[in-house]
Amino acid sequence: MSQESLSAMRQSVIDGAPETAAELARRAVADGIAPLEAINGGYVPGMQAVGEQFAKGQMFLPDMMASAEAMRAAMAVLDPELKTLGGERPVAGTVVLGTTKGDIHEIGKSLVGTLLSAHGFRVYDLGVDVSGEKFAAKALELGADIVGVSALLTTTMRNQKTVIEALEKHGLRCKVKVMVGGAPVTRRWAEEIGADGYAKDAMSAVELARNLMTQRTQLTSAGGSR
Amino acid sequence: MRPKLELLDRALVERILGEAFQLLENPGVRVAPYVFELLASAGARVENGVAHIPEELARKALASAPHEFYLYDRSGRPAVHYGGDDVHFDPGSSCLNILDWETQQPRPAQSADLIRLVQVAEKLPQYAAQSTAVVCNDVPQEMGDWYRLLLVLWYSEKPVVTGAFSGPSLRTMIDLLVEESGSPKALQHRPRAVFDVCPSPPLNWSEFASHNIVDLARAGVPAEIVSMPLAGATAPVTLAGAVVQHAAECLSGITIHQLARPGAPIVWGGAPAIFDMRAGTPPMGAIETAMLDVACSQVGKSLELPTHGYLVASDAKVLDAQAGMESGISAVLGALAGINMISGAGMLDFLACHSLEKLVLDAEAIASAQRLIEGIEPRTESLAVSMFVEAGLHGDFLKVKQTRALFRSEQHFPSSVIERGGPATEWAPKEILGRIRARIEEQVSGYQRPVIQTDRENAVVQFAEHQARKAGLDALPGLTAAAPLQ
Repeated sequence: MSQESLSAMRQSVIDGAPETAAELARRAVADGIAPLEAINGGYVPGMQAVGEQFAKGQMFLPDMMASAEAMRAAMAVLDPELKTLGGERPVAGTVVLGTTKGDIHEIGKSLVGTLLSAHGFRVYDLGVDVSGEKFAAKALELGADIVGVSALLTTTMRNQKTVIEALEKHGLRCKVKVMVGGAPVTRRWAEEIGADGYAKDAMSAVELARNLMTQRTQLTSAGGSR
Repeated sequence: MRPKLELLDRALVERILGEAFQLLENPGVRVAPYVFELLASAGARVENGVAHIPEELARKALASAPHEFYLYDRSGRPAVHYGGDDVHFDPGSSCLNILDWETQQPRPAQSADLIRLVQVAEKLPQYAAQSTAVVCNDVPQEMGDWYRLLLVLWYSEKPVVTGAFSGPSLRTMIDLLVEESGSPKALQHRPRAVFDVCPSPPLNWSEFASHNIVDLARAGVPAEIVSMPLAGATAPVTLAGAVVQHAAECLSGITIHQLARPGAPIVWGGAPAIFDMRAGTPPMGAIETAMLDVACSQVGKSLELPTHGYLVASDAKVLDAQAGMESGISAVLGALAGINMISGAGMLDFLACHSLEKLVLDAEAIASAQRLIEGIEPRTESLAVSMFVEAGLHGDFLKVKQTRALFRSEQHFPSSVIERGGPATEWAPKEILGRIRARIEEQVSGYQRPVIQTDRENAVVQFAEHQARKAGLDALPGLTAAAPLQ
């Protein structure tokens, strides 16, 4: 595949242009380009560039959301093609996300979900007002690697602990990493309730999820549990 | 002349209200089943949990909503006037954390922290009302709401800005206020508390918010709608668009409230903010957040409703220059806007952390803002000439009679927190935290708990003991913690 095409794919993600990203993906499929080459050589570097520019304060959340949308549009074309060829894009990890019981705020959680998807995670969003039992049931069903629990209110934040308790009750805590976030949530709170990590914003959540996956892999290889 | 800040011209206020009424009809407002019948029987179309409220119905509610009301202190005296351009301040509420006195790091708040905050706010005249400032982590969660209110009622003479996080909590809090007032009628007649009720943006009256606004109306206890559009995230990114959403959320709340009980006291309030597009946070100290508060209040005032806003808070993590700057600016803007109740003092870190020290520093900013809105008055028949007759060209105005007679009304005298000494050449100035702490110790040492009739106090304690036992607690932390209940 030409460097020019890969560069255009990368740029379509940086520009947050879903139509262009999808069109370039369709063209690649029509030209018989291996989907993984387009993904790893064009679109993923685009998302990486966006992440770097965001970290430098040169891009903002609406830009990042648009880039994630462009990434999603390209993947909607390339993923089915990949399956047809008998392959599958490597998944960075499976994440079950939701806002805790009693809390109907979803902006932060949705932002995290979008960015995780754009960075190769398989995300299942349970929505808002989600009980610990529902988190546990979905984590069990999907064989999730990570459960992410959001809370906006000081009162509902306490219910993040009930998610951890539900995972323990169902014997899943040793298999599933838990990350928490939301306006009132702090690192100290995360430690207090026994979560595995805390992210202060959506980009940090992506970094945290990657770190948790690394820890999980290392521990699994070492025969550990968490 | 009373200086006044307005950010919207008349035509823009009309456009904002016009679009807000449009939103009430379409897409409508999500509401809980608790209010379906109330709205439907009054002419709103309720389908799939969404109420489509005609402008006529909302305007009818506005016509029955009172333009003013008072909150009363513990002795039954009118203490806070909601209405007109009167301005009052109260500490921010419902914080989970407090900035620790020793470490200056946030930690979960306890009953003792709330008591200390109340004692200090009690001694500061800048705070016309108290608030249920922090969540007490040493009491069971299910009794947290009413317990915070109990402690504030117990340790303060002032009115209280409070709120409930569930329907059952609200019922208990109203019962507690009834015990304190003597009867439901006395509570309605001389309410000591106003309850914040928060719709969820955008345009959603959740299960417990729907319950609370109706139950407050029926109890005749003042309700304060705290609409919280987050411009760019849960509301339109433009400030004007977010003000429209705020208006629609308030109008829908007032409609539900006034249908439940026409004439019940209600406040056009809010905690709007912008959404920071880098950090994904709701910066309460941002200038645009303050602009939203001012504009939202202006729309409420155009309808002659009592108003509320959330200002004097900062996003700094400790008591630093950012904390002083952000809180000072918004205290001034809120006062100039004539917002009836301005909540938020003492708060840091996106309203996640309270600080006793900041509460004291904010009182100084508030005092300056209060002085500002007194404006410049011609206090003497001759503005300057007669004083020159006395002082002559020597200009010794310190000896002029009018200087002594008028300087107290012309100048605001800050407390020892504000450094006004001469140049620090020969002495080491005490840094701000030290000055604040000295002030706090002075306030607390002079604090005395106000008392009411013994029978009323006994009734409150008995009520609290009964409720606490139901939650499995055998003592009342902060009240009877030292001696377990019999």
